Amino acid sequence: MVYNPKTANRSGTSALDAMCPSMYRIQRIRKETEDTFTIDLTAVGGTNGPAFKPGQFNMLYIYGVGEVPISISGDPTQPNPLIHTVRAVGAVTKALRRLGVGDTVGIRGPFGAGWPTDKALGKDVVLITGGIGLAPLRPALYQILANRDKYGKVVLLYGTRTPQDILFRQELEQWRARFDLDVEVTVDRADENWRGNVGVVTTLIPRTSFDSSSCIAMICGPEVMMRYTVLALQKRGIPVENIFVSMERNMKCAIGLCGHCQFGPKFICKDGPVFSFDVVRDLFNKREV
Amino acid sequence: MQTLEPYLAEHPFLKGMESRHIELLMGCASNVRFDEGDYVFHEGDEANQFYFIRHGRLALEVFRPHKGGIVVQTLGEGSVLGWSWLVAPHLRHFDCRAMELTRAIALDGTCLRRKCEEDHELGYEIMKRFVHLMEDELLALRIQLLDIYGVQP
Repeated sequence: MVYNPKTANRSGTSALDAMCPSMYRIQRIRKETEDTFTIDLTAVGGTNGPAFKPGQFNMLYIYGVGEVPISISGDPTQPNPLIHTVRAVGAVTKALRRLGVGDTVGIRGPFGAGWPTDKALGKDVVLITGGIGLAPLRPALYQILANRDKYGKVVLLYGTRTPQDILFRQELEQWRARFDLDVEVTVDRADENWRGNVGVVTTLIPRTSFDSSSCIAMICGPEVMMRYTVLALQKRGIPVENIFVSMERNMKCAIGLCGHCQFGPKFICKDGPVFSFDVVRDLFNKREV
Repeated sequence: MQTLEPYLAEHPFLKGMESRHIELLMGCASNVRFDEGDYVFHEGDEANQFYFIRHGRLALEVFRPHKGGIVVQTLGEGSVLGWSWLVAPHLRHFDCRAMELTRAIALDGTCLRRKCEEDHELGYEIMKRFVHLMEDELLALRIQLLDIYGVQP
């Protein structure tokens, strides 16, 4: 079920449907880092999970604890099982970490506007991410790699705290080995055994080659990181309408009704979470929103 | 004969610099290479050079007794390393180690300081570029200090 408020009445998908979770069973759990894990979910009853677009999110409901928005981190060309990567930092995500294979959770979604993989067709693509932000961007990279000949140069710049905090390490190594993908990883601090980059992710931007005038940049990470990344990209001459950011606010209903995630005139859950930077630039530095 | 001039003239750090100033820089420039594990300099050394990294990767480290080094920054192709040559008492504040085979153009700081004293226009052009570099690195350092990927309270 994909709820679209603009077509809800015509398609017959009501807000009530969108608020009703479907049951999913945990098929597999993988520990990614000390506090981050990936879960594979299959629909109870064997029905296929919903198709999704890269960048969309689901509401995951842990019975008796609560609901939390989590971006889908799996491959949109293979939506079964449904894959989410979760950092255990709050009550719901910590409860989710305590669940085991075979346990069930409720799922509502997918919701929201995703990454502009269509707009990027024929152009260079720069994916810049920090921390857990690699998870929401991974589906976009899967989609691009599945249609690799339709894009120009593809670059992934990933920053994280320490070498121990690197997500999807094995997959990153596979991506690095590809000739048609440039991958640079940097950490904020490391000991002398680390052989990669040290420094914030923005420092990788001047060292990377791409067509600034037409490339599409997709950024996902903490808002502070995204602010400085946008500045670094603008310094490289990328037009703001070609820069896309994934915003995060307190999403509750996920269908633009409750107002918890209001961001000026926009709702993050319904109009986002991915926005073109020129749409949100005036709100980006406003502390009141 | 191939010279270093085209590389310096096209380097973004020197973008817009007059050719007569590039020529003055050329008089202080030399090709250098560091094998993996070589130290470019150590903390406390005299700082009489800065580098345009052409290829490879260097790590700036702080040594901790009994614990080894901690890497505070890495620099790669296209980066400019070192500004202590410009600021008295011209001493290094970190160790710098080659993480892999690294080739660079070294600029002799003593030679360049003398030329800057003689030609203040050159000095101003050099200073403008290093202030810009310092601003970029200070901004990056401040973001690094924020620990933005840690769990926020």
